[in-house]
Amino acid sequence: MGDCLLEVRGVTKRFPGVVALSGVDLQVREAEVVALIGENGAGKSTLMKILAGVQAADEGELLIEGRARRFSGVQESQAAGVALIHQELNLADNLTVEANMFLGREPRKFGWIDQKEIRREAERVLELVGLEVSADTPLSELTLGKQQLVEIAKALSTKARVIIMDEPTSSLSLSEAERLFEVIRDLRERGVSVIYISHRLGEVRELADRVVVFRDGENAGRLEREEIDHDAMVRLMVGRDVSQFYQRTPHELGEVALSVTGLRTVEHPKHALDFEVRAGEVVGVAGLVGAGRSEMLAALFGARPALGGEVVAGGSSKVPRSPLEALNRGLALVPEDRKGQGLILEMAVKENMSLASLRRDARGPFVDDAKEEALTVEMTEALSVKTPGSWQLARYLSGGNQQKIVLAKWLALKPKVLLLDEPTRGIDVGAKEEIYLLMERFAKEGMAVLFVSSEMEEIMGVADRALVMHEGRISGELERDEFTEEAIMELATGRSLMNAS
Amino acid sequence: MKNIRGIFITLVVVYVVTAILNDKFLGGYNQSKQLERTGLYGILSLGVAFVIITRGIDLSIGSVVCLVGCGVPWLVVRHGWSPASAVSLGLLVGFLIGLFHGLLVTKLKLQPFVVTLCGLLIYRGATRGLTDDQSQGFGSGFKEFREWGTGEIELVGKFSLPYPFLILVALSIAAWIFLRKTIWGRYLFALGNNEEAARLSGINTDRMIILSYVICSMLAALGGMLFILNGNTAQPSAYGNFFELYAIAAAVLGGCSLRGGEGTILGVLIGTAVMQVLKNMINLVTWLETHMEFLIVGLVLLAAVVMDEIVKRRTAKKRLA
Repeated sequence: MGDCLLEVRGVTKRFPGVVALSGVDLQVREAEVVALIGENGAGKSTLMKILAGVQAADEGELLIEGRARRFSGVQESQAAGVALIHQELNLADNLTVEANMFLGREPRKFGWIDQKEIRREAERVLELVGLEVSADTPLSELTLGKQQLVEIAKALSTKARVIIMDEPTSSLSLSEAERLFEVIRDLRERGVSVIYISHRLGEVRELADRVVVFRDGENAGRLEREEIDHDAMVRLMVGRDVSQFYQRTPHELGEVALSVTGLRTVEHPKHALDFEVRAGEVVGVAGLVGAGRSEMLAALFGARPALGGEVVAGGSSKVPRSPLEALNRGLALVPEDRKGQGLILEMAVKENMSLASLRRDARGPFVDDAKEEALTVEMTEALSVKTPGSWQLARYLSGGNQQKIVLAKWLALKPKVLLLDEPTRGIDVGAKEEIYLLMERFAKEGMAVLFVSSEMEEIMGVADRALVMHEGRISGELERDEFTEEAIMELATGRSLMNAS
Repeated sequence: MKNIRGIFITLVVVYVVTAILNDKFLGGYNQSKQLERTGLYGILSLGVAFVIITRGIDLSIGSVVCLVGCGVPWLVVRHGWSPASAVSLGLLVGFLIGLFHGLLVTKLKLQPFVVTLCGLLIYRGATRGLTDDQSQGFGSGFKEFREWGTGEIELVGKFSLPYPFLILVALSIAAWIFLRKTIWGRYLFALGNNEEAARLSGINTDRMIILSYVICSMLAALGGMLFILNGNTAQPSAYGNFFELYAIAAAVLGGCSLRGGEGTILGVLIGTAVMQVLKNMINLVTWLETHMEFLIVGLVLLAAVVMDEIVKRRTAKKRLA
């Protein structure tokens, strides 16, 4: 291909003990959106770091407009027109929008920062991405979606011709994501190419001109525009057919295990929430980011104070005032932020698994080592956790296995109600399937499962019933046979509410 | 164990060097004196280790030593209290100070540094006001009471085991059991690493943090009493100055990370011993001037920490390879 703007040929990168990339190829033409997908650890991020000059390839070539290049730093890749936007934005919260854009490359005039030039350029690129904020706004006042646009504007101001976006929508609301997609299409119109890395296949289908799939550090396949569909992408990522993995057999429901009436959270004090979950039932909570779903779970679990309402579970009708009270009443919460809230990363698998049940299993004040070990063995087996040993620090396990440890911690207490917040975020496809199967198994064993998810397929595939939230209220409830993407979306965006009124 | 290897090597090196430079160092009297000093300072280090494990800090230790160290003889000698009631009040004061710090840190979410920095000023100021800035002590009386700080069990030659050291050993065993064998110890390490995750696992994190400040201040109070029983005179304006820094340095040297969630009792003890042997070296070796103490202690500490970090990185690299 002669008209390639950027081409990667046979790039190999080894780290001690692993081959992260082995002879991968990638072509990006001018004005094209190429989606790069693959499971965690497939080598996507490594290639991006090589393109951005953060790391050097061991073998292979990188060509820009047909010329072989080798970057030994971000400045060099920037000068060649390649910009990388990290998943976790690399911006300084305390500085203004314009200061962030020119951080480390401020234009100078007689040795002083040329504030006028900065302002002029900042306003120009902000307009390009359609961001209507003043250039001297402190970044901390912007939403994550807008900060993302600032990053893109920054890339444009470096005259980038290829912009690499690593999971850009992972923390955006739906409307923010839509805005981002518009900007990306607009960039393409202007002749800028985008390498788009995402786990969200729906987005990829919507945006990409071409899809490149990596698996275990190798090219697993390519899909042209007309070939792009969900199953084809999954098949290439996983290397096998997984179309049946959403199938689910409904089973007998038991008594009401959790009954919520008039629950109000600090974030949405005007809206009272009412719903029930029965034993053996899996209820999904759909909605857009910011609809108040996580806040609802946190309030149910006593992790954040609620303003009022009743939570009937485990022999009391009060809203739990602390996680301790909640777990004593048979509730368990698998939080959204696995590393920040779910795990003690620097502690062993064993110590993480036993943390919640430690008190119950103690001999007086003393940790019962034998019981702890037995629990770990049991849980490791039951959830098929892959770890070299129970002594391994949680930090060193993969996302899927880490999530299983958090699950194990709660299962040890045999909860009656399991609350999960985005249970498969950042977990690769194979491990996702395992988590779904586990959720189903828990329900079958009589647990009431309530989970929040932003992934439509997850709600539709796993839940018996869905609650849809919109701006702090429950805007609708759907039974399994009523599930359609349109129906959920309509409730999640509040469209039907508006029609009704 | 890997965490204390570095500090252990440091102890051996400083110990051997001092022994070579001065032949009195290994004498029974001097060795006993070392144990006594280590015992007194070690009690403070143990206390601050608890707080550091929760990711906190306590800068008020020296001032608590001053308050209780001056307060006990003030009560006993000036006001005729019985030693038992003075000691009880001293421990109660330590308890209340720790409770106060802990409540401010957990319920008001104030930074431990700020809270205990204010404590550092307040308790010293209070002592000076209470005692009219007059020197406090037991004079020639209260020999029996003072035994707690001065007594020893004689062994061979002039070598003996001083009471403060024995008290430290007893406290260390208790602390080790607490940290390593009880659920509370596990909770402390867990919340030091990730307070939010610990709280969401049903741990009453506030109560555990308050407990660690109470332990720290009560040990500081106990240490203050043993210091005065041992030394007999205390000047309110200077007594216990810098003791919190010795305690923190010993704990950190011994492997307690200021980032929380890490630390061993054995490490803290060795860390304390290193500080004491260093001080002793400066006293014994004639060509080292006493006023250079801070310079030398500072340099050796820095060297030990740097070496430790280098070794750690090298082993981390080996693990990856």
